[in-house]
Amino acid sequence: MTNSWTDIKNTDLVVIMGGNAAEAHPCGFKWVTEAKANRGAKLVVVDPRFTRSAAVADYYAPIRQGTDIAFLMGVINYCIANDKVQWEYVKAFTNAPYIIKEGFQYADGLFTGYDEQRRDYNRSTWDYELGDDGYVKSDLSHPRSVWSLLKQHVAVYTPEMVERICGTPKDKFLKVAQMISECSTPTKTMTSMYALGWTQHSKGSQNIRGMAMLQLILGNIGVRGGGMNALRGHSNIQGLTDLGLMSNLIPGYLAIPTEKEATFDQYMSTRGFKPLRPNQMSYWQNYRKFMVSFLKSMWGDAATAQNNWAYDYLPKLDVPSYDVLRAFELMHEGKMNGYFCQGFNPLLSFPNRKKLTAALSKLKFLVVMDPLQTETARFWENHGEYNDVNSGSIQTEVYELPTTCFAEDEGSLTNSGRWLQWHWAGATPPGEAKHDTWIMGQIYQRLKKLYEKEGGAVPEPIVQLDWRYKDPNQPTPEELAKEMNGSVLADVPDPNDPTKLVLQKGKQVVSFAALRDDGTTACGCWIYSGCWNEAGNNMARRDNSDPLDLGTFGKWSWSWPVNRRIIYNRASADINGKPWDPTRPLLAWNGTAWTGDDVPDIAPAAKPDVVGPFIMNPEGTARLFTRGMMRDGPFPVHYEPFESPIANVIAPKIRGNPASRVFKGDMEQFGDAKDFPYAATSYRLTEHFHFWSKHAQLNASMQPEFFVEISEQLAKEKNITSGGWVRVWSKRGSVKAKAVVTKRIQPLICDGKTVHIVGIPLHWGFMGETKKGFGPNSLTPYVGDANIETPEYKAFLVDIESIPNGPVA
Amino acid sequence: MNMELSRRQFLKGASAGIAGTTLGALGFGDIEAAYATSIRPWKLANLTETRNTCTYCSVACGIIMYSKGDLKKGEKADIIHIEGDPDHPTNRGTLCPKGAGLLDMVHAKTRTMYPQVRKPGSDKWERVSWDAALDRIARLMKDDRDKNFVAKNAEGVTVNRWLTTGFLAASATTNETAWATYKVVRSAGMLAFDNQARV
Repeated sequence: MTNSWTDIKNTDLVVIMGGNAAEAHPCGFKWVTEAKANRGAKLVVVDPRFTRSAAVADYYAPIRQGTDIAFLMGVINYCIANDKVQWEYVKAFTNAPYIIKEGFQYADGLFTGYDEQRRDYNRSTWDYELGDDGYVKSDLSHPRSVWSLLKQHVAVYTPEMVERICGTPKDKFLKVAQMISECSTPTKTMTSMYALGWTQHSKGSQNIRGMAMLQLILGNIGVRGGGMNALRGHSNIQGLTDLGLMSNLIPGYLAIPTEKEATFDQYMSTRGFKPLRPNQMSYWQNYRKFMVSFLKSMWGDAATAQNNWAYDYLPKLDVPSYDVLRAFELMHEGKMNGYFCQGFNPLLSFPNRKKLTAALSKLKFLVVMDPLQTETARFWENHGEYNDVNSGSIQTEVYELPTTCFAEDEGSLTNSGRWLQWHWAGATPPGEAKHDTWIMGQIYQRLKKLYEKEGGAVPEPIVQLDWRYKDPNQPTPEELAKEMNGSVLADVPDPNDPTKLVLQKGKQVVSFAALRDDGTTACGCWIYSGCWNEAGNNMARRDNSDPLDLGTFGKWSWSWPVNRRIIYNRASADINGKPWDPTRPLLAWNGTAWTGDDVPDIAPAAKPDVVGPFIMNPEGTARLFTRGMMRDGPFPVHYEPFESPIANVIAPKIRGNPASRVFKGDMEQFGDAKDFPYAATSYRLTEHFHFWSKHAQLNASMQPEFFVEISEQLAKEKNITSGGWVRVWSKRGSVKAKAVVTKRIQPLICDGKTVHIVGIPLHWGFMGETKKGFGPNSLTPYVGDANIETPEYKAFLVDIESIPNGPVA
Repeated sequence: MNMELSRRQFLKGASAGIAGTTLGALGFGDIEAAYATSIRPWKLANLTETRNTCTYCSVACGIIMYSKGDLKKGEKADIIHIEGDPDHPTNRGTLCPKGAGLLDMVHAKTRTMYPQVRKPGSDKWERVSWDAALDRIARLMKDDRDKNFVAKNAEGVTVNRWLTTGFLAASATTNETAWATYKVVRSAGMLAFDNQARV
């Protein structure tokens, strides 16, 4: 989230598209209700199903899953055509006026530089034209300005075309576009609330970019009641992403080096972040300080200037990432031997379950650490039709290690709004369950001892890891949190007065502003710096005062970065530093400094008409055209899902996202509409959380049994009765379910063809208190988003038939 | 710690007044009011309150857990009730249908209780000690790493990667667990490293 849950009360229009907050995030959705009740805000829901969010909406429009980009580009087209643009904002705070290189083109669904063999682009023309001074050339009326190119790019997405692709009736689309476009005034804001309904597509990243572009055009980023608000799933998914527990990340969104970056100097050479416009902050210019401080926190005294801060100890990538799809592909090819699942149930979480079972069966060892008995830990166990395997033929050695759950653990979790909230343990762990920190400590201690005793392959990164905890067997949450915050390793004298110190050895750094690239500071995660400084554990703060009554709560817990509650907040004021909306002030320029209710997202003395609000970009502005930063294009394009009921209307030859990675063998497993005529989607129920709450009696009682949801029309066509048994199958698998026939799903007309939708909720497996059942991953295709490999769970093809003599119950 | 500025102390002082006013206004007769008065302080006085955060979604609702026994005093503590934290700015005391079932999650029959191993080809679990499990896991890791570690690529560049073992980290663990996990996994050279960000 750019903003926070409590900030939603400041909005004028809530757009829920790609999510279902009323059911999936009910206690956060209350802030939508607050905005409606107290501000007269409106709620618009665009979704293939008439969800409970839709049930309380002021306006609902149906859409076919996987066509959000066509809808969003259609709204941008509408705003441009009707001059519903926050012009002052767009001209000053976005890259709309910048000129793009000659040679950049878009035609027939593809941008310049496409290589069909590699399913990838040469992106060299997707960039700005620079002047002799090294700065970007700027001229809004230029035919190759970002604005001119955008206008051309979205022109195809007329209301008629939106109806043809999305199945959204033209009048409904126009009503939504008109409601959204009203938020282009400086005093009206819209918030976007989205979740997996946007991410789990082969073009998920571009769905979100599409809305981010619209929000910029309306001037809604950095303001109260505005923003791009990702409603994240797990309680600490934000934290694990921030901390870089992903193939290609280092904490704080730094990058794991590739093997092309053989030395630290080479690695840093492309990370200079020289400003692209005069006087811009280009905050990533501090990259080296964050990186060196990170390496010091990893390898302590072993990271020295002489060995480039132990840069060689980091693994180097030979491919963009070893994400989960690649990992299971390698496993399937027999190229992986060991796998750890720490609180993760991949057998139900990743696509194409048949492939997953085959992959896990090829492992030598699997270690599962979990508070619950997961399906993954039992992938080798026969559960009849729900897990039909031959245990004797599976040679994997499997360990199941019991861990504590939230109630027995202490530490911080980062919520969607970037608040780090500390919690305390209140219960004794059951049986022999242990904290994950203890388990990781034990594994590390044993591995280290083995390397010290026996030697082996490059032991240094392991044996020299900085593990100076009071009890090396179990680092405490306090020790680890302080390490993430960062500390001073050596006195740093004041250059102007040698009798004074800038930094004192042994102290916690106050924030990342204190970090240095000379080895005198360590910091595990620069964006978390400030969470536990000399003022103490700021994450444990519980002052819930809110002086302006605008939902800021600046003294409750601590939010990254530097306790800032709304990021890009400098953009809440105009080019002279005056708040766009005086009734919802956030920051203002007082002639010499920025002041207000939030921590300024800009240097405190940066003049408003000189320094741009988007300080992480070398331009100082936000990007409507994203240069070469995304693999599949600088603007979003409508691509159909890999399995689609109709061909791509704007580019009929293209299947799926042309830049998505597809492994050998998986393309052959995509189904076609002639064999699998129905458009399926997956979703979650308000009574359940993923695959956990089926272990809880209360939740299992409320939703005990797997079902699929279909329209009355499809039920009639296929002779299916509500409550009767059906078989649903794709090219990759088959499931058996009870049918729930509802009015919540309606057929859509897309490109002249009736499209029926099959809804498949995701909460069942073969462990826990519910009846045994299946999940959508028995059916879904093995392909991900072109940029970050999120699997395409939200749009795929199935067939369905009634099972006339199914079981009685 | 400021979280210990507890509602319990506040309610202890105020409970008599509550029984006389609020409960009466809700329609409790004299007998019910007297009964409520008699159990209310008893319940709070004998339980330990601990602030925590709902383990499910990223709204991160504040919760209060009530336990018999106090961990901080070294006692065995057993949670008997969980409710929304009324002081929390986001959820203001409410919980959703998922969060309302948290107690049943803590006490699920299918909680893992002790380390187990399933040997190759077997169709059953066998209980093992922590030491035996951890020693074996460390040995499996080291043998695989030593055998398959790539110190340099074909061009002679130091790459120090270990691709034959991977790690999925948990998105419901704390930041502190995540950081400890990061250090162990990365220092070993693993690249097949991921979390639930995509699912």
